[in-house]
Amino acid sequence: MVCATTVEVGGRTVRVLEEGESANTPPAVFLAGIGGLPGWIPFLDRLAASRRVVVPSLPGFPGAAEFRHLDTLLDWIVRAVETVEALDEAPVDLIGSSVGGALAAEVAALAGGLVNRLVLIAPFGVFDADEPSADIWAQVPGPDAIPNLVCDDPEAWKAAWKVPDGADALDWQVMHARALEASARLLFPFGDTGVVSRLHRVRHPTLLLRGANDRVLPASYNERFRAALAGPVRAGTIANAGHLPELDAPDDLARQINAFLADQEFAQ
Amino acid sequence: MKNLWFHLMPYKDLPDDFRDQHPSVWVDIDADLLDAKRVHQHYNEFLDELEYAGEAGFDGICCNEHHQNGYGLMPSPNLIASTLTRRTAAPAICVMGNSLALYNPPTRVAEEFAMLDCMSGGRLIAGFPVGTPMDTIFAYGRNPSQLRERYYEAHDLVMRAWQEPKTFAFDGRYNQLRYVNVWPRPVQQPHPPVWIPGGGSVETWRWCAEKDYVYSYLSYFGYKAGAATMQGFWDEMDRLGKDRNPYRAGFLQFVAVGETEQEALELYREPAEYFYGRCLHVNPKWASPAGYQSEATIRAKVQSQVALAAQASAAPKGGPAHRGGMGAARDWKDILDLGYVIAGDPDQVAERIREVCVNLNVGHLMLLCQFGNMSTELAKYNTRLYAERVLPQIADLFDDQWQDRWWPQPLAERASPRELA
Repeated sequence: MVCATTVEVGGRTVRVLEEGESANTPPAVFLAGIGGLPGWIPFLDRLAASRRVVVPSLPGFPGAAEFRHLDTLLDWIVRAVETVEALDEAPVDLIGSSVGGALAAEVAALAGGLVNRLVLIAPFGVFDADEPSADIWAQVPGPDAIPNLVCDDPEAWKAAWKVPDGADALDWQVMHARALEASARLLFPFGDTGVVSRLHRVRHPTLLLRGANDRVLPASYNERFRAALAGPVRAGTIANAGHLPELDAPDDLARQINAFLADQEFAQ
Repeated sequence: MKNLWFHLMPYKDLPDDFRDQHPSVWVDIDADLLDAKRVHQHYNEFLDELEYAGEAGFDGICCNEHHQNGYGLMPSPNLIASTLTRRTAAPAICVMGNSLALYNPPTRVAEEFAMLDCMSGGRLIAGFPVGTPMDTIFAYGRNPSQLRERYYEAHDLVMRAWQEPKTFAFDGRYNQLRYVNVWPRPVQQPHPPVWIPGGGSVETWRWCAEKDYVYSYLSYFGYKAGAATMQGFWDEMDRLGKDRNPYRAGFLQFVAVGETEQEALELYREPAEYFYGRCLHVNPKWASPAGYQSEATIRAKVQSQVALAAQASAAPKGGPAHRGGMGAARDWKDILDLGYVIAGDPDQVAERIREVCVNLNVGHLMLLCQFGNMSTELAKYNTRLYAERVLPQIADLFDDQWQDRWWPQPLAERASPRELA
């Protein structure tokens, strides 16, 4: 049973979804990818089968509407740190995808005590002019533009973003536009954030994943993270998945994360 | 009413197959299409045309700012305006304008506009656009989520820089300057008239009303498509309790004047089809970056000017994609039917212009007499016919009832360049 609560972060209300139980292991905290999550998704169910899963909303993502008070990367990192602190469960196994991955890496680098183990799924933060990432901001407008770009199977995105009965479709459109804008506010023009220069501080066991068919970030970007992380790293790909494997391939993604978190080799 | 002559400065040699073989006229336009020797010729002709319009009797001459754009060879309108201050004596010089959020620090705009106002003896109209996504987000890499905040802050900084009597510190969110004290200051006090080019956003209308600025709707799609936007503007002014002084508003319109209607239809077909066919070939992927439009605008479902242009470009070949009179026409008949271009003999044009200004309640009409690949001879012909035969028929419109509080107040006695030996 998914439980929805809120926490206060910097005087602003943040939605927290959670499910599952952990006996002797830390909870898994998931920071969503670009666009955020309007609600619970099957991937989180799979993950919650063997542990407690906690999903706080990032600023501007569904569940935390306010974000325009955050101007700089530092503002965003502080907000992400304070969000994890507000859960009052540290150290946590921190999982971040895409935009959430960019912030999860920063939290681990700058507030390492909050993190037990780290999972990064196609994190933003590096750029290579010879192999540029896709420009999410320069897409021919249309209802399929974002689903086609961020998911291997656009229907997976549409299922997550299906407007519930009784909800206003325009509200959902605005909610998604707001989440995209928030991602831009944090990362535009989605270039090098300098995170690589901070990754030597990340000594946590780290699982570094990407969808095999990611059309946004090239595989070499994860390699740059891998080369700079100071702790033990396991790298992998998720078959039949695009930039957001949590939507495309919930089973495989949850299986690889569960295996990593259960692996004594990577125990903290 | 005021008639202003507006130049976009289009590159005139885009190839016939431009739409099919090239991605976009904007942002990533193919550089190998550009011949700088032709641009040298273009600039001299374009400046001649602006100067000619000033001499011919237009109340003002206008330039604007675009970046990485094949139909707008004016990344720096202030360079253009500076030459106009020396080569013209009377007309208002309307820089429409400087995209405030792109200047770092924005006091650069306060400085350069003050220079232009001094050089011209107080003839400057200061335009402050937010700027299109192509110019601001893509060519200049501004964060779409911060563009408007930067714009408003830069506006506040520029206005203070012009008006504060002493050096001051500006501690903004995006600009921190310990010593602001621009030299020179504008001739016009407390500041040059401020005009805001905008799309159809309610926030912009309200802001113009609050600040008492001119709102200018710079549409390429003529008076029929623009009527709804201007109606929205005036409805909002009514709601805010503002008077319906037509000089609160500006509007852009393409015109094509011939001795006879038939002549006009023959002469201007090619440059019009060049403009709407090639110059508005904007890749739609540049049109709507997330964060550029406010949530209120998304909710109001008001489509921006650029989205219209992009939709026009994305339209299937062979006919207008838009229904309801907006958008995508590229052949002459549709261009005329939809009102993008007002064409005819001088009396026909005067009648139509009067109708447009009255119906839209617009006191500042910005006219595109040069468009597309129009030759400089034809541009001057169009300009002369308008100035001599159209303008006198409409010049007194509104002046019996309304005062233009948004027009430059030049020095009575102005210096002029010496004659070259």
